[in-house]
Amino acid sequence: MVKVYTSSVIDAPADRVWAHIRDFNGLPSWVPAVADSRIEGGVPADKVGCIRNFNLKDGGNLREQLLALSDYDYSVTYNILVSPMGVQNYVATLKLTPITDGDGTFAEWTAEFDCEPGREQELSDDIGNGVFQAAFDNLKRQLGGG
Amino acid sequence: MTRGAYPEVSRVFRSTVIDAPIEAVWAVLRDFNGHDRWHPAVEESHIEGVRAGDQIGAVRNFRLASGAQLREQLLELSDQHHAYTYCILDSPIPLVGYVAKVRLRRVTEGNRTFWDWRSSFSTPPGLEHALERLVAEDIYERGFAAVRALLSGRTAKETDGARPTSTPSRVPAGTIRCHAVVVDAHGGPDALQWRGIEVPAPVAGEVRIRQSAIGVNYIDVNIRAGRYPQFQAPLTPGVEAAGEVVDVGEGVAGILPGDRVAYACLPPGAYCQYRNLPSDRLVALPPAVSDEVAAALLLKGMTAEYLLRRAHRVRRGDMVLVHSAAGATGMLLCQWAKHLGATVIGTVGSEEKARAARDSGCDYPIVYTREDFVRRVQDITQGKGADVVLDGVGRDTLMKSLDALAMRGHLVSYGQSSGAPEPLDIGLLTAKSAKLSRPAVFHYTADPAELHASANQVFELLARGVLRATINQRAPLAEAGRVHRDLEGRQTTGASILVP
Repeated sequence: MVKVYTSSVIDAPADRVWAHIRDFNGLPSWVPAVADSRIEGGVPADKVGCIRNFNLKDGGNLREQLLALSDYDYSVTYNILVSPMGVQNYVATLKLTPITDGDGTFAEWTAEFDCEPGREQELSDDIGNGVFQAAFDNLKRQLGGG
Repeated sequence: MTRGAYPEVSRVFRSTVIDAPIEAVWAVLRDFNGHDRWHPAVEESHIEGVRAGDQIGAVRNFRLASGAQLREQLLELSDQHHAYTYCILDSPIPLVGYVAKVRLRRVTEGNRTFWDWRSSFSTPPGLEHALERLVAEDIYERGFAAVRALLSGRTAKETDGARPTSTPSRVPAGTIRCHAVVVDAHGGPDALQWRGIEVPAPVAGEVRIRQSAIGVNYIDVNIRAGRYPQFQAPLTPGVEAAGEVVDVGEGVAGILPGDRVAYACLPPGAYCQYRNLPSDRLVALPPAVSDEVAAALLLKGMTAEYLLRRAHRVRRGDMVLVHSAAGATGMLLCQWAKHLGATVIGTVGSEEKARAARDSGCDYPIVYTREDFVRRVQDITQGKGADVVLDGVGRDTLMKSLDALAMRGHLVSYGQSSGAPEPLDIGLLTAKSAKLSRPAVFHYTADPAELHASANQVFELLARGVLRATINQRAPLAEAGRVHRDLEGRQTTGASILVP
């Protein structure tokens, strides 16, 4: 089992950051690598169990299922059903915590998965830096902080 | 699990980011008995019995700077999650069923640390707000600031377990050269001279402060002019300022370099860039109170507190007469007296000042240059007079203040901006069974416990918006003479501050 953990500080209140992250169908608006997204079966994007089907700008297609969504804890958990990355048993959680000292947000993204031996480091970097940190950087730009 | 006698549960949550790796922050926080080395509120702590500080179930027994003694028990500790949970066993502060959790998380971006401190407890009815604030600000936020100061390179903490009074960060540095305003011979505003001085390292019990804002008070004018025989030139005026602790002398506990503090005390000497002061004269500043607001408000706010709450106890429905109601202290008196439910009458020198007084809650501003205030007070009170007169003017007003007083009223002469009052025949008090007092703020804040209680009330009312800091004059410290000229010429409204 490989574990990836990426965290950042976003200079905007947690409510505003959550407004972006909460939309399970909203990846194209804040994750740079994502080209488009739709929810399968036309169910609401905050219905736990719904599946988002999205395409990357480089052509890959993914299907991810919403496992948990908490407006109380500002957290979302999902797994990957289909992806071109070569990962199995992939479960990720993105969680926000308010920073009361200055009204910012502490954002944490964790993922756990299995993969072929020897690919652990490459996949950890791709996911931790290429996806998670890039998405945080994009959020910071959009929300006017750092 | 029982929560005790009170049904409502308070929850406090505070969090911050410390610019240090999680291992460094955890090294400071992990020792359950180590909080007296970093938390400014904790004077002394020990673990009861023969348990270790990281043994689950250990009880830390500690004394706060205020003198309160507490016992807290370690319930869980995780090096994996950089977290621990503890509860209060005994405390003179009524926090019932208090359970708190400290948790650190790594901020991978920048290798920093997110610190999350939360608790739940219940309190006696009516105390929820005050105790939530106490926990959030005096414990959690002060703790954040202290650890941040401790870990900022300048005060890098050792790992040899030395006590705070002997750690390298506490060794006083050498003499600091800076500037101050000096009076060589008493006189007018021109007597204030800008000059280089040397501030030596703090001796035992002292704290050296880098000042960032200095309050201007009428007492500064009187001291400059030589009206107080006990303060003879050469001297540096000023009794109030705020800033940051640079270093502390031997034996100082509860204050760390980097702490934000303010003071209001005698002897004078605040018109300078750096200053040494006894540590028991300092009050810690809550994050919400800026240095400028503290310098503008601390002495005047505490003056309002002791006048309305202790020298005299204002009650709902009282008729209160405030002289100079548009002055910095006068406005605070109006705001606070109104908050206490009094009807506030104020004297002011102009229409513009009447508006300023009205904005501060003064029900009846009287422009004394146009109207006889004694007659107006009699009109407003339907012939009864004022229950209390707060007179900081002195010579020009004192006898009239007595005329404006109600039967068995209280005349409080707390200042003399127009000069010392004429000698008074106490027989004059008989006509009304009047009470006359001549209090001074420094006698009401000499005891550290009273000082802190008074300052906390000021900060609390400031946070609630009852008191407002009105800083209308701001000048470089080197131009103190100009500010004195304006103050003596009655050209100012609200507070004036000097910036070093």
